[in-house]
Amino acid sequence: MLTHREALTVLAAVRGEKLVLTTMGSVALWPSLSDAPNDFAYMPSSMGQGIALGLGLALAQPERGVIVVTGDGSLLMNLGSLVTLASYPAAIYVILIDNGLYEITGGQPVPGAGRTDFAGLAKAAGIERVYAFDTLQAWSAAAAECLQGPGPVFVRLAVVGERGHKTPTPPRPMHEQIQRLRTYLGVIADDALSTRADSK
Amino acid sequence: MLDSRQVVSVFQTLGMTHIVWLPDSHLGTWEAELVAHPTLKLIRATREGEAIALAAGLWLGGAKPLVVMQCTGFFEAGDAFRNVVHDLKIPLPLIVGVRSYTAFVQGRSADTCPQFTEPIVRAWNVPYIWIDPTRDTAPMLLDTLRRFQSERTVGVVLWAE
Repeated sequence: MLTHREALTVLAAVRGEKLVLTTMGSVALWPSLSDAPNDFAYMPSSMGQGIALGLGLALAQPERGVIVVTGDGSLLMNLGSLVTLASYPAAIYVILIDNGLYEITGGQPVPGAGRTDFAGLAKAAGIERVYAFDTLQAWSAAAAECLQGPGPVFVRLAVVGERGHKTPTPPRPMHEQIQRLRTYLGVIADDALSTRADSK
Repeated sequence: MLDSRQVVSVFQTLGMTHIVWLPDSHLGTWEAELVAHPTLKLIRATREGEAIALAAGLWLGGAKPLVVMQCTGFFEAGDAFRNVVHDLKIPLPLIVGVRSYTAFVQGRSADTCPQFTEPIVRAWNVPYIWIDPTRDTAPMLLDTLRRFQSERTVGVVLWAE
């Protein structure tokens, strides 16, 4: 198995210019590996919606490539998103941190922990490019290839469950993240959004 | 009567790029027009919360999405809606079909959907307006959605079914 940090360290080395959208426990780790305008910490979030948010981004920005780092607990809340991913081919690359537990709520096991075959579910949903890695060595060797070529891509990483983590704090407030990302993407800055968010 | 051709024409006039939806028996009558439209893209989500998040991602990427769903799904999508409205503050327009509304107000339906839809929308503290397709017109729908756009706010159209 990999540690969560090892999994993300490999990803940071090969992500290139792709957007990286992190969720839940990964939000705590990713800023120490990358904190660029093409990084988006989806926090505060609606748990389980990271893949959907990333798919929307990928459809709107088809040339960019969007990596979504999500967890098994989140995916279980929205398994249907795998079917949607398969239905709308886009440059989206899902990295599943499969650690068998709800890391930031005290480490309670997710339903089916250690038994659910997430790669099999992704394949059965119709996603053609599905990978699963259990070791750092295997993930390191294949990561660059996984992130090349057409999406959707689904990568399941077997990650050691770690307890004792608190809900992470994103590196900056959401309205700043949104402004920064949309500016990077060349989307017209939304001054009204900023004003409303700042006035709270 | 506000028909599917007029509805889709309003979406086009507003510059919508994507319709993200889960249809019901009423809203589903728009499908042929949506599928046939040369520029609007129809995205079929598996659940309503997913539809809202997907539309939020489209907006982040510079698209102009509209979300369409039945009130039952709107009930299910509460956390995704809360997140988009009050955390991300994304100005996303929604059309929410209110199942059995017409029969309910005429005392011919015991469906609880019409009873709870409006209070729940109010609870989320977002602007909303009713459109009754048997009575209201395309310009009224256009004006409503245009106002939501100009005010850069989440806005819900409650569609009387």
